[in-house]
Amino acid sequence: MQHNDPSQELAHIRGLMERSTRFLSLSGLSGVIAGVVALGGATLARFHINEALAPDTDALTYGTARGEALFTDLRMTLITDAGLVLFVALLGAFWFTWRRSRKTGQYLWDASARRLMLNMLVPLSVGGIFCLALFFYGLPGLVAPATLVFYGLALFNASKYTLDEIRWLGVSELLLGIVALFWLEAGLLFWAIGFGVLHIFYGGLMYLRHERGAEDNA
Amino acid sequence: MIEQLNKAFESRVRLGIMAVLAVNDWVDHSQLKELLGVTDGNLASHLAALEELKYVQVRKRFVGKRPNTSYKSTVTGAKAFKAHLEAIERLIPKPNS
Repeated sequence: MQHNDPSQELAHIRGLMERSTRFLSLSGLSGVIAGVVALGGATLARFHINEALAPDTDALTYGTARGEALFTDLRMTLITDAGLVLFVALLGAFWFTWRRSRKTGQYLWDASARRLMLNMLVPLSVGGIFCLALFFYGLPGLVAPATLVFYGLALFNASKYTLDEIRWLGVSELLLGIVALFWLEAGLLFWAIGFGVLHIFYGGLMYLRHERGAEDNA
Repeated sequence: MIEQLNKAFESRVRLGIMAVLAVNDWVDHSQLKELLGVTDGNLASHLAALEELKYVQVRKRFVGKRPNTSYKSTVTGAKAFKAHLEAIERLIPKPNS
């Protein structure tokens, strides 16, 4: 009869249950690429806004006729810009995660990946529809905070099925989104920090913590 | 109290298999192998023992052209695993608070 230390035994079992339910192939480089693309997109948006507003660059305020007229012209440009950013960021994220799952020999589309996607996509799609509605009701200033808040909620919700850093990324996005809600004029700046800087920071952190050592051995 | 510990789970591998199956639906052979860090043969013999006890059910099918075997805990297996966990927990001395 062999009896291991019962608390060690329990820790072992818990560890297994955790590892088998979480999607751990998520690559930090996915975050870094998404962040870089977001910063590029934000710069482009800033450029378009500046161009439309010239010469006075701070006129995109709400409730004024001039702001609304400007916004109508800008709307399609900004939506196209945002759509492009989303597409390129997703493509990059998918590619790095696919590469990592090949390296670690894990399945890209296993039960844990499906759980992660479902828990991420439900809040995210609702957020996307919500933001499109804001755009079409002429409330573009609320879009940046709303994307941050919904993205934060989606990450927070999905984080129990993947790496722990995602939880902190989610919390950071939520805090940033809440601050941005009360600072609408700086919406694009907050958006760039949330989707650009935070992605690069947490992505880099995930890469350093989970991948760099592992790649040396591979 | 020792008697409540299930003999089928004396092996760490078997206990590990049940732990993974307790929180997942169908898990395939290669995933189990990777999670538990054991050889194919070792895993297969433990799985056969658990199947014999009707603790796990087996599903064999083809995914594309490759055969794929996956496992799922039965209700009996889940109950046995839960009882075993509770028995282990009772073995841990309670901190005096």
